[in-house]
Amino acid sequence: MALRQCAIYGKGGIGKSTTTQNLVAGLAEAGKKVMIVGCDPKADSTRLILHAKAQNSIMQMAAEAGSVEDLELEDVLKVGYKDIKCVESGGPEPGVGCAGRGVITAINFLEEEGAYEEDLDFVFYDVLGDVVCGGFAMPIRENKAQEIYIVCSGEMMAMYAANNIAKGIVKYANSGGVRLAGLICNSRNTAREDELIMELARQLGTQMIHFVPRDNVVQRAEIRRMTVIEYEPTAKQADEYRALAQKIINNKMFVIPTPITMDALEDLLMQFGLMDEEDESIVGKTAAEEASA
Amino acid sequence: MTNLTKEETQALIAEVLEIYPEKAKKDRAKHLTVNDQSVEQSKKCITSNRKSLPGVMTIRGCAYAGSKGVVWGPIKDMIHISHGPVGCGQYSRAGRRNYYVGTTGINTFGTMNFTSDFQEKDIVFGGDKKLAKLIGEIETLFPLAKGISVQSECPIGLIGDDIEAVSKKASKELNKPVVPVRCEGFRGVSQSLGHHIANDAVRDWVLSNRDGDNSFQTTPYDVSIIGDYNIGGDAWSSRTLLEEMGLRVVAQWSGDGTLAEMELTPKVKLNLLHCYRSMNYISRHMEEKYGIPWVEYNFFGPTKIAESLRKIASYFDDTIKAGAERVIERYKAEYEAVIAKYKPRLQGKRVMLYIGGLRPRHVIGAYEDLGMEVVGTGYEFAHNDDYDRTIKEMGNATLIYDDVTGYEFEEFVKKIKPDLIGSGIKEKYIFQKMGIPFRQMHSWDYSGPYHGYDGFAIFARDMDMTLNNPCWGKMKAPWIKDEAAPAIAAAA
Repeated sequence: MALRQCAIYGKGGIGKSTTTQNLVAGLAEAGKKVMIVGCDPKADSTRLILHAKAQNSIMQMAAEAGSVEDLELEDVLKVGYKDIKCVESGGPEPGVGCAGRGVITAINFLEEEGAYEEDLDFVFYDVLGDVVCGGFAMPIRENKAQEIYIVCSGEMMAMYAANNIAKGIVKYANSGGVRLAGLICNSRNTAREDELIMELARQLGTQMIHFVPRDNVVQRAEIRRMTVIEYEPTAKQADEYRALAQKIINNKMFVIPTPITMDALEDLLMQFGLMDEEDESIVGKTAAEEASA
Repeated sequence: MTNLTKEETQALIAEVLEIYPEKAKKDRAKHLTVNDQSVEQSKKCITSNRKSLPGVMTIRGCAYAGSKGVVWGPIKDMIHISHGPVGCGQYSRAGRRNYYVGTTGINTFGTMNFTSDFQEKDIVFGGDKKLAKLIGEIETLFPLAKGISVQSECPIGLIGDDIEAVSKKASKELNKPVVPVRCEGFRGVSQSLGHHIANDAVRDWVLSNRDGDNSFQTTPYDVSIIGDYNIGGDAWSSRTLLEEMGLRVVAQWSGDGTLAEMELTPKVKLNLLHCYRSMNYISRHMEEKYGIPWVEYNFFGPTKIAESLRKIASYFDDTIKAGAERVIERYKAEYEAVIAKYKPRLQGKRVMLYIGGLRPRHVIGAYEDLGMEVVGTGYEFAHNDDYDRTIKEMGNATLIYDDVTGYEFEEFVKKIKPDLIGSGIKEKYIFQKMGIPFRQMHSWDYSGPYHGYDGFAIFARDMDMTLNNPCWGKMKAPWIKDEAAPAIAAAA
């Protein structure tokens, strides 16, 4: 099987890292060889696989060694649960330097060192919330991730973010081969959430590849720095991640997305009761003005 | 060849523009004009200070070049850090011939390169810590440095390093000025914005350092030289004239200049501005804040020198006015001898110029003193106030070109066939290979000074030895028949 490279995007705090690691555990359990590349300065994309607090990142080690050329692959590549390979690009503290350049440097390093040449079935890039600059788009440039999965939930801002990410994919889809492969709904238990995300997926021209229900076992596993599949293989939630893994293995639906307009998105939100009909007469009115009116 | 008429020059511009695509033609047409002395405002005939077109050969520099290379670099007792990757600092090291006295590495640092030598990790994690460390090392290794400037290269602006905070902290610790300069190369369309940014940094971090400190003994005759970078010693041959007429030169900005001189400048009575383009900003600021008037002057060639000395003297009492006359009289025999010697050898020769800040107009008088004529001139990075000042200096129907492209310059030269071209190193060998005598007018071709009466003698000698060099008569290969001979060789 040829190497498939996938990137996971989605609004910050939506559960990208948790979902990625649980799903990757499912893939590994199914016998797939997988590598996770964390592309977030927080470097928390591999902790559940490695049972570690935060893995030493490429950029952190490069800074200590002097330059990235001084590093060897084995310095930065750690192996965790079911032989899942883990690397973190790493980056600066908030507010200094250039995290985007860190992602670029780290991915270039992995390529030059032949990290992708090993016998791998999947590489998953776990990318920081928003594609704020070229650095965070690095995983979806040519010859990198071809499949993008967007993690979202039935909340307004998560859907806004999903639509914006779809816009970004369109740009790179035309110059390279990157495609939207589906929305992963990480449930927040909002009303008619599955229907809503399925409708959003339809309008974006893609699919809701799986609905991951909310379950406290995820948090219980996370406290132990473990994935659900490893912590409690018989849990119902473990089967959900296994199902997601199987759907991804069998996924054939790779599309150039059709992002929707703000108006269309707001219509959708109103239809599902997440947003009220806009009342033009109250725009720009202060509380005092409204009271006196 | 005789000079072109207005119509012929217009036709020449049209012909040269012909090769461009429509959009480029429209843009470049605005930067080329036929001089008309009756025009009062250059904006009616020429556009300047616009982004160069992609694909043309422009010789402009960047904001970093304008700040580090031009304005700050010559301040000799400060250390100027090229903050960013190593190349900007290394390839601008000692590139300008701004002479200075002092012991390099001890109390002066002009030809040395100080850089933070950014690596990948500095981009990713930010360079503030490295900058602080570097400043500390400078203090240890070069304790006699009077201050430090931080010249930002491009990445500093991209990654958002807080060099102001580092500078403030270091300045307090070292008890010396540490000046952050936001002259990232991508800002603006040429080095011109770098001059402005550098002027603003002087204004904000240096100029007011001695406000309220009256320990400096002033005189009624205190002046400063602003915008003379002492190329080949220009500021020195200017300074002597000012001192001989009775003025006291408190500061040189910035050729062979010091931090203390800059700090004392707000105490002077008059600012003398040579390079208007690069230092009009600080002159205007001193006029506003300290009420110091400023006057532009021109020390190229005896006509302009005498004019300028009298103009400067007009701001002072009769002692200085008499002093100006005395100076002019003292050097009269000397410059008349220079003219007597060289004018017959240079009379009627036609010159095309393409230079930087002030010389495209300031050297015209010096050529005219030698009987020569400037038939085309242009600036790399001028603004319209420079062209306002150029129109009156140039003859009617002469050619003026702004940010000229490599193609345009070559074509103009082929058609106008000047006897001499004055421009920079990038143009030099192209035109020499075309058989045209050439002088570098940025670096004075490793000669100089050209300012003042002393400089005029050197200027005249250099123009003569270039123009009348016997090599130009030997440009024709022996196997080429007469009809193929280059026009210049035939004329020489």
